[in-house]
Amino acid sequence: MWTQYLIWIFLGIGLTFNGLGAIGLLRFPDVYTRLHAATKATTFGSIFTSLAVVTFAFTQLYLNGKMANLQLGLHTIVAIASLLLTNPVGAHAIARAAHRSGVKPEKAVVDKLAEVKK
Amino acid sequence: MSCIVDLCIVFITLISVAASLTIVRLVKGPTAPDRAVAMDILTNITIVLLVIIGFYFKRFIYLDVALVYGILAFVGVIALARYLEGGL
Repeated sequence: MWTQYLIWIFLGIGLTFNGLGAIGLLRFPDVYTRLHAATKATTFGSIFTSLAVVTFAFTQLYLNGKMANLQLGLHTIVAIASLLLTNPVGAHAIARAAHRSGVKPEKAVVDKLAEVKK
Repeated sequence: MSCIVDLCIVFITLISVAASLTIVRLVKGPTAPDRAVAMDILTNITIVLLVIIGFYFKRFIYLDVALVYGILAFVGVIALARYLEGGL
């Protein structure tokens, strides 16, 4: 089937972005840039990896019509939805906590949020 | 379609390398928010790993485990953030 090339592309995109997120988490200089790199890249990569599984499940459902494949696809879709809802909220909470606990950005010259809250 | 299932072993290996990079940051991180970020990303990568493992072994209970693990880790991250900003 032609969808197997689609699955390869999705798995490749997911692996690339998850790896880039991990490298960014390791290499960037302070908390905010690490959060910026890692959260966005890993969310994108996780969505594409799960989309590969969904594509595989619906292709198998179309080919042999077993209901277990429908279960695989639908549960992975629910996992994607929960990932999309919870991941940005968690990242925002960590960034707010980092600013309130007094971590400054590296080489920052101006901090507008601290001026506003004063 | 069976070559995709074989490809999953390569995928699991390489995503484990990414998880070990986040563990390096979790151990090394200079401040507490660094460790919180590393924990969040490690959770995210573990969810992907669970989905792929459930797909590889054809055991669909791992997908439900991934879903519940994601929600519980979200509650954990929120509690950790509240503690760090001094509201807990």
